[in-house]
Amino acid sequence: MKSFGTHLVCVLLLLSGCSQRKSADQTPQAAQPLQAKATGAQIVEVSGGKQVNGVGATLQDPVVVQVNGADGNAVAGALVSLHGDGLRLEPYQGVSDASGQVSVAVQLGSTPGNYRIVAETPKTGGGTATVEIREIALGYEQKLGRDVNDKYCIRCHDQESTPERVSNFDNLSPAPHAFSDGAFLNQLSDADLIKVITHGGPALGKSLATPAFGNTLSLAQIKAVVAYIRAIADPPYNAVPLKH
Amino acid sequence: MSFRNQFARLRRIFFADPPHRFAWASLLLAIVVAIAPTQDLFNEWRHYQREYLKLVGGRADAAALQRRFEGGIHQIWIPEQHVVDRCTTCHVALNEPTLADVRQQPFQPHPAMPHALNEFGCVICHHGQGAATTVEEAHYSTKAWEQPILPARYLESSCGQCHMDLLEGTPQLNLGRHLLARYGCAHCHAITQPDGTLITPVDEPPSLEHIAEKTTREWIYAWVKDPQAYAVSSTMPNFRFDDQQAADIAAFLIAQSTASENSQLAAASHAASLAPGTDIPQQSASLYGTLFCSSCHAIQNAAGNLVGGDLAPELTRVGNKVDPEWLRRWLSRPQGYDPKTRMPRFRFDEKQIALLSSFLLSKKDEDFPANVHLPAADAQSAARGKKLVADYGCAACHRINGVSPPENFAPDLSRIGSKPLFQVGFPHGMPETLPDYISGKIHDPRAFGPALKMPKFSLTEPQIEALTTALLAQTDRAVTMPPELVRVSPHPKYNPGGEAGRLMEDLRCLSCHTINSNGGDMAPDLTWEGSAVQRAWLLDFMRNPNTLRPALIRRMPKFNLSEDEDKIISDYILSAYQAPGFDSRALDTHTLNADAAARGKELFYSRYVCQSCHIADYKKDKGYVGPALAGVGNRLTPVWIYRWLKNPQALLPGTQMPNPGLSDNEARDLTAFLMTLKAHENGGKK
Repeated sequence: MKSFGTHLVCVLLLLSGCSQRKSADQTPQAAQPLQAKATGAQIVEVSGGKQVNGVGATLQDPVVVQVNGADGNAVAGALVSLHGDGLRLEPYQGVSDASGQVSVAVQLGSTPGNYRIVAETPKTGGGTATVEIREIALGYEQKLGRDVNDKYCIRCHDQESTPERVSNFDNLSPAPHAFSDGAFLNQLSDADLIKVITHGGPALGKSLATPAFGNTLSLAQIKAVVAYIRAIADPPYNAVPLKH
Repeated sequence: MSFRNQFARLRRIFFADPPHRFAWASLLLAIVVAIAPTQDLFNEWRHYQREYLKLVGGRADAAALQRRFEGGIHQIWIPEQHVVDRCTTCHVALNEPTLADVRQQPFQPHPAMPHALNEFGCVICHHGQGAATTVEEAHYSTKAWEQPILPARYLESSCGQCHMDLLEGTPQLNLGRHLLARYGCAHCHAITQPDGTLITPVDEPPSLEHIAEKTTREWIYAWVKDPQAYAVSSTMPNFRFDDQQAADIAAFLIAQSTASENSQLAAASHAASLAPGTDIPQQSASLYGTLFCSSCHAIQNAAGNLVGGDLAPELTRVGNKVDPEWLRRWLSRPQGYDPKTRMPRFRFDEKQIALLSSFLLSKKDEDFPANVHLPAADAQSAARGKKLVADYGCAACHRINGVSPPENFAPDLSRIGSKPLFQVGFPHGMPETLPDYISGKIHDPRAFGPALKMPKFSLTEPQIEALTTALLAQTDRAVTMPPELVRVSPHPKYNPGGEAGRLMEDLRCLSCHTINSNGGDMAPDLTWEGSAVQRAWLLDFMRNPNTLRPALIRRMPKFNLSEDEDKIISDYILSAYQAPGFDSRALDTHTLNADAAARGKELFYSRYVCQSCHIADYKKDKGYVGPALAGVGNRLTPVWIYRWLKNPQALLPGTQMPNPGLSDNEARDLTAFLMTLKAHENGGKK
């Protein structure tokens, strides 16, 4: 029996040399233990949510979260940890500053779509308070769509276009839908959106003020705009996967 | 039990007699022989293919997905592009759009892309090692392979290996290439693009040959020490000179300066042209505004924001810099000081020059070259300065007397995108990858060694990212691409000729306007302007430019042209800049009658809702995305309007005006209506 054990060990040793697979995920270096001096009752997003940028890019603005106590006042010295699949967060852990806030730089992952950051802080008296923050990464097609949008669509469909690229939004009645208006646009199918961009507002019984872009944009460009609209929709657009 | 005893015991058990020995030897041989197949069985890619089958097994369309799946090593082989990519062995679902909701690598389908997978493979765009079949070797830097996967944010660089033209889908690459030319990188570095063309700088660093006329030694000292302290938007980089070096350079630059052509020019005295008692600050500021100097020049406002264009130097502290006498001569004739300047020669009168210079001289910051007290310059200081100017390659950008432009001053960057990493000494803490090297080098060149000469540029993060993208496109692979894949944009040189050409040179029209694919992009393309506009309107506009787009901050400045100059230039534009097919037969103008105009008005307001973007009537329309049309009947020719309405993109590629898809009759009726709009263009005021 003893000899069998020795054989088994030999064989296992040989086999273990055969497998080469290594874990590819880079685990962050062991964190310095952060000293929390206080705990809060809830955690809220201050700024930095729903930013849109290309895949792999660092977001323009940091994500800022704030820890509040039961009285609603900011809590300094509370431990906040953040995580998000596919995102690089720098730092991913922090202690809230004097105004109760922790600021984190976010680099988007390499696949297009929505990313979710979860920020957590231990609650006074046990448990964890969390807040979820959404960020949006654009792939090649969506970026193409964003460029078409910036050139042709934004002046009527975006109230916030900058002074030199004046917004025409206020001139129009009925008011155009912002492209992030998921509550409305998510109800339309891709085919409907392509139809209304190609043939103009009347194609869906809407205002004549939306001109037909079918002679101006290629189908690929129109599809790219639709992909962009889907990417930035708020609430997010969930396409049902096509069944074969 | 001693080791020897144990060994003897093992020998007794295993090798007691020949059959035993033979059995053991055979077993050992069998195991050794089995290692390779076992290793293969445990290969990573087999693991991923099994995982994939598990993943699709639970889906509604499992049967179809499983049917399309093929096991084994997959390979894309494109010999002429040196592509041997086995990535699809693990990334099995790249072409399965129905898996769009899968977020687990390596099974995500590829997002929409401009090229087919089987035509270009993977590594041309993504880098990495295509032939590898393990995660580590394919994606990361290893000892044998130092080109890891290209980070997603630099992906556009791969397009730049073949595409020399401006692609709509690669704004970051386009910006990067523009910056290489705009920020003067190409003054020092030779950058040959894969199609063989050299990137040529588009900035015009000023000549320093007559600098003593323009400014003082103290200003030069403060400027070379920290250019951005004088003007935040300055593109002059910071060379981190110490006090002595800066003083030496200033001494040399003043010493080498010679008299310019302008020094012969008699400048009227400031006081004589301004009537006493007038409100000079107010008048001069309003003249600066009405001349639209801010189309090109910026000034920081009280809130610290730059107001104005970036085509010409920032003027926030110009009063700290320039000599009043020099300024007045410059305003009357910029080319007399620097023949290559982009500044037009405005035909300012004495009073305008006096007002403008009083405004500009008031733009100063009393704190600016604070506490600069240079000792008297001596010959040794100037000699040291000359050596510094030569060592740091100042003459690569600026014209300087007695210092010729250096050749091959900085490393050639034509193949920087394939630079072997073993040639790079990385500073401590920097990730050892090529994109990190390039962006780190642009970010802070001296981090790679304090003795390096490259200065620090003031660039924003997105600009650095764009520059890195453009430089990463300069790969070895790009040079070996089959020539039929290379997309080049032709760039013919164009200079208008004759008397009008001389005038247009004097007015520097091409600083802002593009004609025949040459010139600046700030103002409208004039290539076919002669077909578009009416003579009377053009003659008036050249002398009194008013804005057609109420929302634009920038506009054409007033040049104070004489009547003769106006006629020469307008008639040249009308005869030379004609589009093909714009003759009298293109549209029967007799059909543009009142009935047609009435139908056109109906189409304008009710069918195509043009007033969403245009103003036909200042009293009721509010659209200001497109140009105001209230006076278009005086401005444009009917043939141009008709052809424009039929297909705007054919006349001006890339215009925002959508092609409304009009029938011939609709276009004619709309043209008839637009030709009736003859209001004065400036808000209806006469």
